[in-house]
Amino acid sequence: MLTLTSSVEIWAHRLPAGAKLGALALGTVGLFALSSPLALGVAALAVLGLVASGGPRFLRESLLMLRPLWPFVLIVAVWHLVTGDISGGATVILRMGAAVAAANFATMTTRLAEMLAVIEALLSPLRLFGLAPRPMALALALVIRFIPVMLTRIEAISLAYRARSPRRAGWRILMPAALAALDDAEHVADALRARGGAG
Amino acid sequence: MERSLTHIALFAALIAVLGLVPKIDLASGVPITAQSLGVMLCGTVLGARRGALAVGLFLLVTLAGLPLLAGGRGGLGVLASPTVGYLIGFPVAAFVAGLITRNWRAPVGLAATVGAAVGGIVVLNTMGIFGMSVMLEKSLSEAALLAAPYFIGDSLKAVLAGLVTQAIARARPEALLSRA
Repeated sequence: MLTLTSSVEIWAHRLPAGAKLGALALGTVGLFALSSPLALGVAALAVLGLVASGGPRFLRESLLMLRPLWPFVLIVAVWHLVTGDISGGATVILRMGAAVAAANFATMTTRLAEMLAVIEALLSPLRLFGLAPRPMALALALVIRFIPVMLTRIEAISLAYRARSPRRAGWRILMPAALAALDDAEHVADALRARGGAG
Repeated sequence: MERSLTHIALFAALIAVLGLVPKIDLASGVPITAQSLGVMLCGTVLGARRGALAVGLFLLVTLAGLPLLAGGRGGLGVLASPTVGYLIGFPVAAFVAGLITRNWRAPVGLAATVGAAVGGIVVLNTMGIFGMSVMLEKSLSEAALLAAPYFIGDSLKAVLAGLVTQAIARARPEALLSRA
């Protein structure tokens, strides 16, 4: 399945995932501690420089990943132009853009398996609350494996519906899709038990 | 143990898939993405604890870098974006939906609809609006204006969640873990 890791290999792909996430966490705290538009502008330029160090194709991919922010940028910009508080608007937009771009940089330069390994390590203290690491790793793998399976299933369900009706299936696929998930869960549970259990 | 685990994993996959299928157009032409419907179903079908864990698992896979949020979003960037409140609210919404479905001894369809509405609309939007207000430095009422257009779609989703839960109660009564 397609992940958000960039296919353009850059120097940051070779850094350890834990180090990148640690730096990202510190950097994000720093961004939220700053409040002057000037300081945030410098920080945003620094992030832009970091992203641009990956070359033009990497930079283009990164900018595309910022697309979901545009509606918010627009709303905040219009709002602050109307109220006249320009520096307040610049603060919000620069901080948001820099923080999201920096986080995307970490995501784009870290392979899924490495990211999952860090997440599992970070969550291991949860074993104190009864969430053991091994079943959790198994559950993560199951989710990733079953997303394409379920997509195919839902496509089959809507094709079957359209073979019987001139209308689109719409919400009517929900019920069979949920039932399929429940049935798959029972079958996979049996298969796991037959192979020695999940624990 | 295995049953809980696979139900949690498969419903996490269901949330992902519901965000990937093309938008469902309702009769009125209001396009809704089915993702938050998946969150509601996790609570009303799996129950509070398993439902919240399923949603949490979905979020982990998303943060790890799979573009599974509606609109193909994912990765760590979503934690710094204005909609972060909704993401944190997702597992809480499923938990509340499951709690109400289990403990309110009304007919299952009604309990699930109300549970999905309280969890998936009231709780989720409260946290989502709070998140937008913090991230965009706006007051709560200003942030609420941004969320308002979605309430109609959300109410329809709560009704659909109730209908699906009721249908499951009829077709697979033993599989409805929220009432088991």
